[in-house]
Amino acid sequence: MKITLNNNIEIIETTESSLSINQLLQIKKYSFKNLVVKINDELVKRDSYEQARFKDGDKVDIIHMISGG
Amino acid sequence: MKFSEVKSALKNKTVGIAGCGGLGSNCAVALARVGIGKVVIADFDVIEENNLNRQYFFFDQIGKYKAPTLKENLIRINPNVLVDDHVIKLSPKEIVALYKDCDVIVEAFDKAEMKEMIVETVLSEFPQKQIVCGVGLAGWGGNNLIKTEQYRKLYIVGDRASETSENDPPLAPRVGIVSNMMANVVLEILLGKDK
Repeated sequence: MKITLNNNIEIIETTESSLSINQLLQIKKYSFKNLVVKINDELVKRDSYEQARFKDGDKVDIIHMISGG
Repeated sequence: MKFSEVKSALKNKTVGIAGCGGLGSNCAVALARVGIGKVVIADFDVIEENNLNRQYFFFDQIGKYKAPTLKENLIRINPNVLVDDHVIKLSPKEIVALYKDCDVIVEAFDKAEMKEMIVETVLSEFPQKQIVCGVGLAGWGGNNLIKTEQYRKLYIVGDRASETSENDPPLAPRVGIVSNMMANVVLEILLGKDK
């Protein structure tokens, strides 16, 4: 599956036609606790990481929020 | 654009600033200096001595609440800026109430979970508003690692990697760089990119 992840083209190895945000976090080993997630520029709230799915050609943004201010 | 034109373009603009620590106080000062019409500032905390390594407060202000004290400092710099200050720990409900009339919102919290909360709240409750967020500013050096990335209405400013901790504290130069870059993004949103 070819997606745009954080403005870079990325090939995700999978046999499924769509993936959830939780699956992507696992595949990419993203372990930051606080995130802002968007699929095709639409916000995905934390409580929808399991239901929200993306497919080939989609644009996914996973922005890490880290402390400091 | 002459400075007089910049000032008159900013006169009727309102910027919401969530948090009056290192990012919020310095960003507010930059906006006050260039003549922003109004800022809505909020913070629940009081000034501690160890905040003075980066936050726009003075030694004789230790122990005071940050939001009303920042208002005092902003008005000393520019008495024409209107400052709506709130001593409050912001939740989604209050963010909607306080910032609904702002032209731009600046996220200037310390904690990552608060940053996530306000970005989620603003993007879902105010889909037309732009929010500028500071992410990654700990330590020193690495000037060229600090940048701005835009995701439609969301701007992320910082190195996006350095998390503050006891051994990697936030310090005036980098916090100042990020907060002034955030103020610079606010100007670009309010005035446009054309000079």
